[in-house]
Amino acid sequence: MPKSSLIGQSLLRVDGLEKVTGQTRFAADLKVPGLIHGRMLFSRFPHARILGIDCAQAQALPGVHAVLTAADLPNLRPFGIVFADQEVIVSQKARYLGDVVALVAAESPEAAEEALSLIEVQYQPLPAVFSPQEALADSAPLIHAERPNNIVNHHKVRKGDVSLGFAQADMILEREYRTQWVEHAYLELEAVTAVFHHDQLELFGSIQNPFSTQSMVASALGLPSEQIRVRQTPLGGSFGGKDEVMYLMAARAALLAKATQRPVRMQHSREESFRESYKRHPYQMRYKVGATREGLLTAMEIAILADAGAYAASSTFVTWRSVVHAAGPYRVEHVKTDITAVYTNNIYTGAMRGFGTPQVIFAVESLMDELAQELKLRPDELRRRNLLTTGTVTATGQCLNDHPVSLRDVMDRALQSIDYAQKINEPAQTGTTKRRGIGFAISHRGCSLGAEGVDRAEARLRWQPDGTVLLSIGLSDNGAGLNTVLSQIVAQELGIGTEQVRMDEPDTTLVPDAGSTVASRGTLMGGNAVREAAIHLREMLLVSASQLLSLPAEQLSFVEGRVCSNLDPSQVVSPAEVVDWLASCGKSLEATGSYEAPTVDWQEETGQGRAYFTYVYGCQAAEVEVDLSTGQVRVLHLVAAHELGRAINPATAKGQIYGGVAMGLGYGLLEELDLHQGQARSDNLDRYLLPTTCDVPQVVTPILIENPDPAGPYGAKSLGEPTNELTAAAIANAISQATGFRLRELPCDLIKIVLLRTLKPD
Amino acid sequence: MDKIRLHLTVNETTVEVETTPNRRLLDILRDDLDLTGTKEGCGIGECGACTVLMDGKAVNACLVIAPQAEGKEILTVEGLARDGKLHPLQQAFLENFAFQCGFCTPGMLLAAKALLDRNSNPSRDQIREGLAGVLCRCTGYIQIFEAVEAAAKEWQK
Ligand code: FES
Ligand code: FES
Repeated sequence: MPKSSLIGQSLLRVDGLEKVTGQTRFAADLKVPGLIHGRMLFSRFPHARILGIDCAQAQALPGVHAVLTAADLPNLRPFGIVFADQEVIVSQKARYLGDVVALVAAESPEAAEEALSLIEVQYQPLPAVFSPQEALADSAPLIHAERPNNIVNHHKVRKGDVSLGFAQADMILEREYRTQWVEHAYLELEAVTAVFHHDQLELFGSIQNPFSTQSMVASALGLPSEQIRVRQTPLGGSFGGKDEVMYLMAARAALLAKATQRPVRMQHSREESFRESYKRHPYQMRYKVGATREGLLTAMEIAILADAGAYAASSTFVTWRSVVHAAGPYRVEHVKTDITAVYTNNIYTGAMRGFGTPQVIFAVESLMDELAQELKLRPDELRRRNLLTTGTVTATGQCLNDHPVSLRDVMDRALQSIDYAQKINEPAQTGTTKRRGIGFAISHRGCSLGAEGVDRAEARLRWQPDGTVLLSIGLSDNGAGLNTVLSQIVAQELGIGTEQVRMDEPDTTLVPDAGSTVASRGTLMGGNAVREAAIHLREMLLVSASQLLSLPAEQLSFVEGRVCSNLDPSQVVSPAEVVDWLASCGKSLEATGSYEAPTVDWQEETGQGRAYFTYVYGCQAAEVEVDLSTGQVRVLHLVAAHELGRAINPATAKGQIYGGVAMGLGYGLLEELDLHQGQARSDNLDRYLLPTTCDVPQVVTPILIENPDPAGPYGAKSLGEPTNELTAAAIANAISQATGFRLRELPCDLIKIVLLRTLKPD
Repeated sequence: MDKIRLHLTVNETTVEVETTPNRRLLDILRDDLDLTGTKEGCGIGECGACTVLMDGKAVNACLVIAPQAEGKEILTVEGLARDGKLHPLQQAFLENFAFQCGFCTPGMLLAAKALLDRNSNPSRDQIREGLAGVLCRCTGYIQIFEAVEAAAKEWQK
């Protein structure tokens, strides 16, 4: 072991040099000889039967290599991670404007474009529905004929008896909150290349999860998984957004590559990405809460409708996370929650950083502030009286007794740092039209997948003859620095520098499956597996060294990256020498490690159980200045206190906070996909507003609170998503405190209030 | 469409490209010269991922059509490091964790260079304004501001 631990050090990014020199090759940067261009034709209607397609003219166009429709591909199968309801090319009918009716491959993008305009499709438009309410009406058209109605899924929580709880209440409050459509807006657009080598299909591109892409493409195309190799190119952002859209794109590129026997690339323009790719679910949330005069919560009843859009995708999982967290991090005896995800003819929705929690946190944390006001309690006081502490029971019946519940701690630290107690009493008015306000939000967040599914990760390490160690793991660095963190763990356990750790390519033929890089599970799950592999590797090194030195293994120790004898310090051997010696005997020094998450359980009927094996806790507090004459909101200061178990690399952890806060600010103040009759009217970054350098808070104060968790590597848990789920709620509460009125819809659009209308077209 | 011959200096090397006048500087850099450090994120001048310096000024390469680049001097991210030594901005980005996925980084670096060339000691607010044309979805910008400040200090020396 090196003397100073690498864990907890802000080591530089292992992939930094290539990124700051522009050498990183993203999916669209790779040159491929003989490459041709794939394009797709979108449906003209959000819900329509396809009566016929005439491709003759397109096919005849010079430079066009293939035009494909579902009719040409009788073996195509629908796919989906929960319900197989989505088609690579729609066969009978289109269910949203991003559905694809035909594919084209051509020598040049221009020829492909022209070919698309020559394809004639005959549609029979069908009645369409654009909100969950419309979709649930008795007269609503069925979007998926094989389903009895338009409900994707319904999750519930039944704890205690809410009627009893409301009878005990002195005060009952009912409120409704809404959140908007949100685009991931990863800066790198989707791109994938498909190449057939005989019957072996190779796919590479901006793919968040190579293994799930492999299995989804296999099931859609009816190919065995073994015939498909998926390589991930460095991701230019993903935020949960490069799954289904990439399965589709990969499958389409593969079909065209097969038909033309040429390498085919498909890549989205920003407009295509807005049109086709899945979004964050908009939620409509009705909350009813009961409390005693003293401010103790007695009951909560919650009903949520989530717009799933045209396909189920991961809605079932997203809404499951919502149902677990909907009642907030509070002790409530009696809870009844229902959440229903509904098919509509809108763009489909799926995973996005936060995964169903930013919506419910906005609602429940607004609700707590509203309740505090009614009870004439300070918002922090009301929360203090009700928050979860170690040994208490969550709304889903889980007793939190196996890790320290640090909610009070995170809240105290954040509020202290922003000087809440002082500022809450200051007058809001700071100028003739300007008002200042302060607000905050708290959360608990289940780590990793929870009862969503099997939660396991595997990693492999090999000591190479040049002394470097090759790490193979099927998790991806989505940009946040996971590779650096995992390298630090390897280096720490093996007594080497991070520069001696090489990352194997994220390639399904090279690395073991570690599950998806989702749910902020990379450090926790991947870190555990990698650490175990490193420990095994070290043990194996000792065994081999003992053979080489002809000394008993018990007499050897591993010190500063070398094996030496405890009795005779001159007896030393380096790992490279051991590897050389093993190689001469035809062996290698290689070890695997795996980690299986502790068990969780869930009763679907009652929504009770051990939903997640551990949780992290966070509090974000915001101070805002609102200009009532313009409706402009400036965030002056944002404090983000997050308990993360342990920060393996504090600088990248802070980076997660800054990035999460900016994305949360966008959610709270700026971002909204303007969807009209199923059509994204914000179809590029001029009409969809991302936070710029001028929009992010004047000051961001990250506070990392360490509370090592027995389940995590060195006690580390998760951080990526918690940072993103609280910001909008904190800002909304601050705006309300500043202005005296409450916005129950995101984004907080004060212009609407100042002008009494929105500036968007109807 | 008739071809044109385009002469320009890219990262201090003169190049001649045969192209059609409707192509964008972005396409010429990426496709013809294989300088793929310059990225495309929107194609309409909103994201700044395609930012390069043209005669020292930051421009969106997606909005410059080929004939407009005739005779110009272009600097892309590939031209920032000299003789294997990182540009002070690159070094500062590296040391201050001013990138995550790195997709916006080339454009951000060049926008920052244009800023520091104009004003070698910018305030935080001037940095915000100077970089407002480049979007980053990952970092929340704070570490980018810190990096530019660190580079400015180096610049002073
Ligand atoms: S690609 Fe040029 S500004 Fe976005
Ligand atoms: S680092 Fe990913 S967009 Fe800036």
